[in-house]
Amino acid sequence: MPSRLHRFHGGLHLDGHKQESLARGLEQATLPPQLVLPLRQHIGDYNKPLVEVGTRVLKGETIASSSSPICAALHASSSGIVSAIENRPIAHPSGQSDLCMVIDVDGKDEATPAQAVDPHRLSADDMLRRIGDAGIVGLGGAAFPTAPKLRRGRGNNVDTLIINGVECEPYITCDDMLMREYADEVVRGCGFLQRMVDPRATLIAIEDNKPEAVEAMKRALTAQPLAATEIVVIPTLYPSGGEKQLIQVLTGKEVPHGQLAFDIGLLCQNVGTCVAIARALDSGEPLISRIVTVSGDNVARPGNWEVRLGTPVAHLLELAGGYRHRDESYLIMGGPMMGFALSGDRVPIVKASNCILAMREETIPHTPGYHDECIRCGKCTEVCPASLLPQQLYWHARARAYDRSRDFHLFDCIECGCCSAVCPSRIPLVQYYRAAKSEIRAAQKAQFKSDRARARFEFREKRLLLKKQQDEERKRLKREALQKKRKLPTGEAAASDPVQAALARVKERKKAVQDETP
Amino acid sequence: MSRVIVSSPYVAPGNSLKRLMIHVLVALLPGSVAYVWFFGPGVIVNICLAVVFALGFEAGILALRGKPVMPHLTDFSAVVAAWLFALCLPMHSPWWLVLVGMGFAMVAGKHLYGGLGFNPFNPAMVGYVVLLISFPREMTTWYLPGTVGGETLGLADSISYSFGTADIGRWDALSAATPLDQVRNGLAQGIPLSEIHGSPVFGAWGGAGWEWISLGWLVGGLYLLATRTIRWHIPLSLLAGLLAMSLLFYLADPASHASPLFHLLSGASMIGAFFIATDPVSAATTNLGRLCYGLMIGILTYVIRTWGGYPDGVAFAVLLANMCVPLIDYYTQPRVYGEK
Repeated sequence: MPSRLHRFHGGLHLDGHKQESLARGLEQATLPPQLVLPLRQHIGDYNKPLVEVGTRVLKGETIASSSSPICAALHASSSGIVSAIENRPIAHPSGQSDLCMVIDVDGKDEATPAQAVDPHRLSADDMLRRIGDAGIVGLGGAAFPTAPKLRRGRGNNVDTLIINGVECEPYITCDDMLMREYADEVVRGCGFLQRMVDPRATLIAIEDNKPEAVEAMKRALTAQPLAATEIVVIPTLYPSGGEKQLIQVLTGKEVPHGQLAFDIGLLCQNVGTCVAIARALDSGEPLISRIVTVSGDNVARPGNWEVRLGTPVAHLLELAGGYRHRDESYLIMGGPMMGFALSGDRVPIVKASNCILAMREETIPHTPGYHDECIRCGKCTEVCPASLLPQQLYWHARARAYDRSRDFHLFDCIECGCCSAVCPSRIPLVQYYRAAKSEIRAAQKAQFKSDRARARFEFREKRLLLKKQQDEERKRLKREALQKKRKLPTGEAAASDPVQAALARVKERKKAVQDETP
Repeated sequence: MSRVIVSSPYVAPGNSLKRLMIHVLVALLPGSVAYVWFFGPGVIVNICLAVVFALGFEAGILALRGKPVMPHLTDFSAVVAAWLFALCLPMHSPWWLVLVGMGFAMVAGKHLYGGLGFNPFNPAMVGYVVLLISFPREMTTWYLPGTVGGETLGLADSISYSFGTADIGRWDALSAATPLDQVRNGLAQGIPLSEIHGSPVFGAWGGAGWEWISLGWLVGGLYLLATRTIRWHIPLSLLAGLLAMSLLFYLADPASHASPLFHLLSGASMIGAFFIATDPVSAATTNLGRLCYGLMIGILTYVIRTWGGYPDGVAFAVLLANMCVPLIDYYTQPRVYGEK
């Protein structure tokens, strides 16, 4: 148990904008006419579709999976007919399309027969397998498959299990709402996690701007007590919900450079993931829905909805009463600090979608072609939670001096956006870092490819040379053998040149012919 | 949809360059008012001339460089540089002196390096030092404050003086050495400090009038700290460096070394600590680096004042420290999260 809380470097006190979406309780979203389920909604490998176009699928049926260790299966979020498996626009910063399974919903919402098993009789390995089968990923936003993460945690002797209910980004309240409404399931999930990784202590961290959630969680924990488990209320400061920052706040430890939380005996799980785990183990229910906050200054009725995965954003916005101003809006998936702009409202809600923000165009600080130059004021350095020197990074990223960018720890940047938010010159700093990171990654990939190509080429050259040498050797041996064979029956005739002999014969004949003619 | 897709964060920035610069201009008011009170409206003439020239040079060179002119002019960075530069000049400087200084500051000191954000040296100090070296007579002609028998010129006289239309001989009689000059020259001639302090240019703690102007800069500096326009590291370490040096020599030999208080409240110590050394572009940026940078300026200022050949050392100290900034920044990088 933490005797006292720690602080991370920097951070920002932001306007919460949480009340807007908390004015009403959690609502169940209606089924859309069509569900669009991207085959990959997690960090890791692609799923392969298990059903064909035209098949009728039931709610909870596995429709795609993969044998890869870092993967999470995909389930039909409602019953209906698979009408297409094709590229559709998905929620991605690049605005690109990806392979999706499209289900025409029949409205019956017929579920696969539940395979209820008493979870208390399950072994840890059974539990892990079931979590994997249920397609559970980290619901805090990163969407890393949960089962492999827990497997690694089991192998690494977890000292402290950290349950993350911090939710530090402005506007987002889905975890707050989840803790208020499903506190019992959070605690149950937490209990299952404890059985799987056997931690010495468990800390449930919640920011102090969510008193109702804290109360609900305390009540739930009293109702079903867990061993060595404590609810820790931490001060509101962005980005204390980031895994590394939360670890620092709770334990004072830093995750060493290039290592993961396991390596210092810690395992972090989001509260939403706990609920998904509880449902998967209690009733065998796979991950087919999640709570999504719909908010922003351009939405008529902000709130939280429990939404089936695959629901188009447009459907959800309709439930929220549509736009407040005009017919168009700036749409952001995630929070205002770390989210990304959507290319349109046709994209579906996926496992990682915690929030949809509809903002008026005027509120979005458009980056015009012009921004002031960096005056080295150092405000960015003051707020950087990773203790980086953002202005030096900017300088080198802008000059495309990527070696120098790496010297200044570009890859330790968590892209929290604090530096951009305080910059008096309004430089889109994070944008520069993202660009630099992707260029470095692309260069690494290209380097890797060219190294491999060179290796292949050199190997081929070597192989061809060897073959040529072997061929020549073989030819030489053959020739020698032939000559030896010819030499064996040697006579005077054989030794003399056959061409000369032939020429002589021709000459003789010609001469004979001339002699005959008078 | 044909909207511009921008990358997060999507929060409106709460700060701007313009706001920072306006904070600095506001913070300059108390000291500037005190300056006018003691030395007359000639200060205003200096400031106005410098601002007009600075904006002119800035606009011209921005146009030449093909950069947007208005956004840069209205960020007020040129106004701040001009104001600071004007405050460093002796009263009633001829207009061409201001022109040459401002031209050098803006063109060579700022835009030849790439404009705001790229200048390794403090532009105002570049302009000042160029003038000090090139026109030593004009740059060392100082006047007595009106409160101690000096005669301050009215606004009209100040303007005509600056443009050379006034009867120059009449006013030359008013000039006097600055307190810092008197101390150094007096000590060099072997005059004991107590006797030097008898001169009317000295006030209670520092130079007459100057001590109040310095307090004005201090008040402005505290305003800058309160609005978080600057951080405390540079002013504190600069003043601490100056204090430590002066205290050391004062304690060793009080008869031939001016008191620490005199050093803190004379010349450009205060304005240097809060307004000049804190120019973010040319200063160190890490917190530890800022401490080193300020300390270096404080120590160098004392060294130049005491053993150098110029009336004040702040300008040279700042430029010397500017040169060391890349080195200081390189060796004072903070420990990154997760690093051993």
